[in-house]
Amino acid sequence: MNLILKNGRLFDPQLSLDRVGDVVLQDDRVRGLGPDIAASGPGVIDCTGLIIAPGFIDLHVHLREPGFEYKETIETGTRAAAAGGFTAVCAMPNTQPVTDNAGATEHIARRARELGHARVYPIGAITEGSRGERLAAIGGMCQAGAVGFSDDGRPVMNAQILRRALEYASMYGVPVIEHAEDLNLSAGGSMHAGARSLQLGLRGISSASEAAMVARDILLAEESGAHIHIAHLSTAASARLVRAAKARGVRVTAEVTPHHLILCDEDVVDYDTNFKMNPPLRGAADREAVIAALADGTIDAIATDHAPHAGHEKQQEFDRAPFGIIGLETALPLVLRLVESGRVSLARIVDALSSSPARIFNLRGGRLEAGALADLTVFDPSREWIYDPARGLSKSRNSPFAGWRLRGAAVHTIVGGRVVWSATARPPES
Amino acid sequence: MPLPDQPHAPHLLGIEPLPLSRIEAILDRAAQFQRQPPPRTLAGKRLLLLFYEASTRTRTSFEVAARRLGAETVSVTPGSSSIEKGESLLDTVYTLRAMAIDGIVVRHSSSGAPHLVAAHVDVPVINAGDGMHEHPTQALLDAFTIRRHRGTIAGLRVAIIGDVLHSRVARSNLLLLSRLGAEVRLCGPRTLLPPEFAAYGDHVRLSWDLEDALNGADVVMVLRIQMERMKESFFPSEAEYVARYSVTPARMRAARPDAIVMHPGPMIRGVEISAEVADSPQSVIREQVENGVLIRMAVLHELLVCHEPHP
Repeated sequence: MNLILKNGRLFDPQLSLDRVGDVVLQDDRVRGLGPDIAASGPGVIDCTGLIIAPGFIDLHVHLREPGFEYKETIETGTRAAAAGGFTAVCAMPNTQPVTDNAGATEHIARRARELGHARVYPIGAITEGSRGERLAAIGGMCQAGAVGFSDDGRPVMNAQILRRALEYASMYGVPVIEHAEDLNLSAGGSMHAGARSLQLGLRGISSASEAAMVARDILLAEESGAHIHIAHLSTAASARLVRAAKARGVRVTAEVTPHHLILCDEDVVDYDTNFKMNPPLRGAADREAVIAALADGTIDAIATDHAPHAGHEKQQEFDRAPFGIIGLETALPLVLRLVESGRVSLARIVDALSSSPARIFNLRGGRLEAGALADLTVFDPSREWIYDPARGLSKSRNSPFAGWRLRGAAVHTIVGGRVVWSATARPPES
Repeated sequence: MPLPDQPHAPHLLGIEPLPLSRIEAILDRAAQFQRQPPPRTLAGKRLLLLFYEASTRTRTSFEVAARRLGAETVSVTPGSSSIEKGESLLDTVYTLRAMAIDGIVVRHSSSGAPHLVAAHVDVPVINAGDGMHEHPTQALLDAFTIRRHRGTIAGLRVAIIGDVLHSRVARSNLLLLSRLGAEVRLCGPRTLLPPEFAAYGDHVRLSWDLEDALNGADVVMVLRIQMERMKESFFPSEAEYVARYSVTPARMRAARPDAIVMHPGPMIRGVEISAEVADSPQSVIREQVENGVLIRMAVLHELLVCHEPHP
């Protein structure tokens, strides 16, 4: 099956590609790029005014299956991903039971393949049951398709265990992903520690609770020579630590979420639990620092930390409600705001959404050139729309961006040479 | 339904969203009720007291206030209800809402719980203390008490001493008294007085030193210190706390001779305040309790009578 994308802006920052042209896809590969390939009829998609980029890859998604299918399933989550322009997502292992063995890992990968929306790369648990005590079956999970390891949401407080995980995972060439949070420092907290938390009377989660763990993890990665990946980096101090570590050659990479780039603790109002996530929305200075760190490449990737929760779970007292917000369907327009404001270049944004995550996790895709995997995201950077979570494809609606006027949207999401989602598939405005 | 915290919403969720005009109206109404016996303006109305956290003083005060105005009260407290069985706050509220109530008073250990209730009911909601956030009727009764002794609040130096970090009384008083023109001095050990409190405004001063805070003070407001804080390592021992922060007659000499001493209760004599100070002529602690009923009558009247729900 062939597909021709006509007259789009071919954009791959990693290859310094930025020109108008056509892309020919054959089976699951890019056959070639050309300046004016004569073609018409079925299989030709007009991309005039649209950007054709390597497929977006989200390194941090909670698909909730198995165990929490009332929040999200592999099906709804991968459809939401495709609608947001993501051709692949990494699925976090804090399912029920925890994805800490080869069988569970294989099941998730197989289920996603059957569905055929966005690709799913499983992340395995670092420790059995993510209890932080004994290493999980890292080797077996790698063979079953795991691309990294994390006890996300439950940081590995025992430094010795983390060191062993780093050393062991390095044999398989996969990163250990840390949800960096010192649980003693953050205990009981439900938002960022600062003037706003004092005012709202909510216990705070200090910036140091993240940075202290980032510092520890960098030291362990430095000593072991292994790859540590810092999930959802949110503070100025963490960004400084990662920048300095990279400068001396430590194998540390980092991701940032759209919400940490756009919102800050001052946006937490009326005890709206859609503004409650972990790490929390930080201070305005932290936000500025993570934007700068994304711009200069200290932060490698943009990842959503898509964390669906049911309405009744979020409609609780703020300190009782679960942490987390959905993000797959709003990520692109939110981060494009940084391009509009001149803070981050379009090239860096697209790189952080596609090539960079592929590179640091050693995933297929992330390139727009002849022979590359035909995972592509075609997006319109200027399409305006109003976000209504009720009309989204995720099963959950816990977003702080409901009602926001957004600019930029995925128009075609192509996985393995097949269009898995088109903007026309979106139900009409009511 | 109006949104919570909007100026015209018939709720009292905190001092922060309360316009000065409504503060004055409540204080004036309490003074009026003090001068002459209040009319039974709430006859036939039913008030729900939803107390998720143990409270004797505040709940009784609301009960007495409601009954003096002729209202009936229904109390829901931990142990007496489905709260114990793990029902969510909203489900409890939905159930009780169906029982023809005219107003809800909420006390809860979670900050913001009254806001959650207010967003889902169409009757006035009164915050009777939420977590570490606010306790607006306490601040109003404190302001009322200070005003009775000093005539005005503008220009007064008010020292608030103790566990400021965890205190909703401190936050509401800080907001109210500074808005009424007082200089508010917050005092306590550094672990219980984060520097971010300075962000509350120009009228706020922070001090870890009790004598410094008391120097020239017109009002000395002492907060309860809970010994659980010791177990959480906010300070090493009761003895160290007493040595540095207990309000004693000797330390009171730094304050103005006519300074008044206040405490929201419950009070532990010999810890945050010495018995001599608590029982001295300067102490207005018992009067605070009496004024609490007046203020709560005024609040109920303002919300349930002056703000009749729109048809």
